[in-house]
Amino acid sequence: MVSENLVKDVVTEPYKYGFVTDIETEKISKGLNEDTIRLISEKKEEPEYLLNFRLNAFRKWQNMKEPNWADLGYKKIDYQDIIYYSAPKQKEKISSLDEVDPKLLETFDKLGIPLTEQKKLTNVAVDAVFDSVSIATTFKKELAEHGVIFCSISEAVKDYSHLIEKYLGSVVPANDNYFAALNSAVFSDGSFVYIPKGVKCPMDLSSYFRINSGDSGQFERTLIIAEECSSVSYLEGCTAPMFDTNTLHAAVVELIALDDASIKYSTVQNWYAGNEEGVGGIFNFVTKRGKCLGKRSKISWSQVETGSAITWKYPSCLLLGEESVGEFYSVALTNNLQQADTGTKMIHIGPKTKSTIVSKGISAGNSVNSYRGLVKMGSKAIGSRNYSQCDSMLIGDQAAANTFPYIQSQQPNSEIEHEASTCRISEDQLFYLQSRGIEFEEAVSMMVSGFCRDVFNQLPMEFAAEADKLLALKLEGSVG
Amino acid sequence: MQSKTKELDPILEVNNLFASIENLPILKGITISVNPGEIHAIMGRNGCGKSTLSKIIAGHPSYKITKGEIKFTGNDIQSLEPEERAQSGIFLGFQYPIEIPGVSNLEFLRVATNARRKFLNKEELDTFDFEDLVKEKLDLVKMDSAFLSRSINQGFSGGEKKRNEILQMALLEPQIAILDETDSGLDIDALRIVASGIKKISNEQTGIILITHYQRLLDEIQPDYVHVMADGKIIKTGESDLALELEKNGYEWTDNFIEER
Repeated sequence: MVSENLVKDVVTEPYKYGFVTDIETEKISKGLNEDTIRLISEKKEEPEYLLNFRLNAFRKWQNMKEPNWADLGYKKIDYQDIIYYSAPKQKEKISSLDEVDPKLLETFDKLGIPLTEQKKLTNVAVDAVFDSVSIATTFKKELAEHGVIFCSISEAVKDYSHLIEKYLGSVVPANDNYFAALNSAVFSDGSFVYIPKGVKCPMDLSSYFRINSGDSGQFERTLIIAEECSSVSYLEGCTAPMFDTNTLHAAVVELIALDDASIKYSTVQNWYAGNEEGVGGIFNFVTKRGKCLGKRSKISWSQVETGSAITWKYPSCLLLGEESVGEFYSVALTNNLQQADTGTKMIHIGPKTKSTIVSKGISAGNSVNSYRGLVKMGSKAIGSRNYSQCDSMLIGDQAAANTFPYIQSQQPNSEIEHEASTCRISEDQLFYLQSRGIEFEEAVSMMVSGFCRDVFNQLPMEFAAEADKLLALKLEGSVG
Repeated sequence: MQSKTKELDPILEVNNLFASIENLPILKGITISVNPGEIHAIMGRNGCGKSTLSKIIAGHPSYKITKGEIKFTGNDIQSLEPEERAQSGIFLGFQYPIEIPGVSNLEFLRVATNARRKFLNKEELDTFDFEDLVKEKLDLVKMDSAFLSRSINQGFSGGEKKRNEILQMALLEPQIAILDETDSGLDIDALRIVASGIKKISNEQTGIILITHYQRLLDEIQPDYVHVMADGKIIKTGESDLALELEKNGYEWTDNFIEER
């Protein structure tokens, strides 16, 4: 059939972020034991409480088992065959961007994230993370004028130690799960955001994570604190080179919103997904959780997950404060042999809390795409409400989609609503659009965008356009 | 009609066409030629290959042409994609217009119209200009502008779907329109609206093929020729009185033309 051949032609669209930056790096030797952790902590000149936090996590991790409930198929990870710290060699202390290795700046330029003063994006502040370390953060000074702290977590450990000590691990405890424990033991860098009371962050903040090295894992840690009546919109992007080995990425993100504060966290994840035969690609095992601690606080996750060989990720909300709100908007696209198991947990603890879940899974090729989500109403969650909508779209006849909604309620005076649907892009729908003069690929992309509209509407403007393009690119020709 | 008396090149020529789906032969030697300004009706029992013929002309990928040719304004179109055929002026009005959730009808109509305009070297229309155009065309089929903001055909009644097809035809201004059972499922008022829409859109430059079972559409739109199909072949061609004959005698006699399998 015509369309089947087309599929093969276009599915080979190359991954355009697959280049490697040739740069001298400082790597510690492979393997993981207490000495590795002491070494990382020492390199970062950390205070003792943090070393203890790491060691504690490591000991717990050693007694934990890698989870297998998500039914993901992958080769066993050898945790002793990973480099846990890899950083581009730089001058000891960097006082301005001019001292950053031009190769690094060039790398981020190529990724569309220029960092230098002349070229930097004007409406968004960026923290650029390369392998294990943060390279640069733009607009720091401008943000500081508003009292907003935006820096790498390593700097925060030095400069805002009291905040780190108070909040690190307060949302995702070190022993929360296998990958969170591993991250807590070995995390190297990540972003830190603090929005003071009453401040509406004057621009979007963004972190860009780049894995460059093939044999090291990336274990970043992000912590965002929004004080009373403050608000922030945070964006996250990720890419990696094409290697035929798998790279482990195990991040932890913690968000804290106090009274009347609001945090919007958006992700466009485009890690290298492996080739058509499923060789290579990132293993993305991520723990993201937000705590709506304050009354009327709000945390909103939106994510567009298109990359990684494996995605295992459940951005969640703990709704403690009265009338707090949690949201999760997700588009997950899998193609070829990708596997995604993603969803959310909405834990309603306080009264009159509200949560909304909108999940759109698109599976093409031989991929497997699962939504897994928990909605829990605690005994005090009187008058709380949840609405969930989980839609799956299948492209071709080899892809699989699953929906696993878990619902637990200990509060009869609460409402949980769940809707789910599965559809398939049919040859007849495509033919209909084509027979009106619309090109095959545009037809597919129109249908996919239409399917994802509810989620794209939640993304910051530029992100939404990017997401739309990204999906079209990833899907080109995947319809058979 | 004037055009018939002139010597004109046909818009569409189907010559001795054989086609199959999954190795099952459906069309077994169809020949038909449509000149500008002509209206042809194709009638026949369900399963005789009428819809297949229309889909093959529009380029449906599931069917394979095993013999014969299809020429549109003198050129063989076999190697053209469905969208290229549509852009060049071939229109298929579907018997069962499919629902496409999430895709706005207005956006769809605009993209389709602009694809055709681009082919004709006409300026593409922006959202505002297009809205003006579409509102004017809505009147032809007496549709409410509320249809535009809905997803393509989603939740439309049978009659609304058919009117949406004619609206598309009005916007695309095709050179040849093949309307596959556009009359089925319509009440008499909707039928009249659709028929008058078709008449207003067509002119001495366009050709129309009406695929139908019933006389009632042909009461509204007088065909120049009527073809009767059975078992993938045209077994009889006549003028409009042939349709009346069919209405009176039914299709049973056409069964004699079905080959033993």
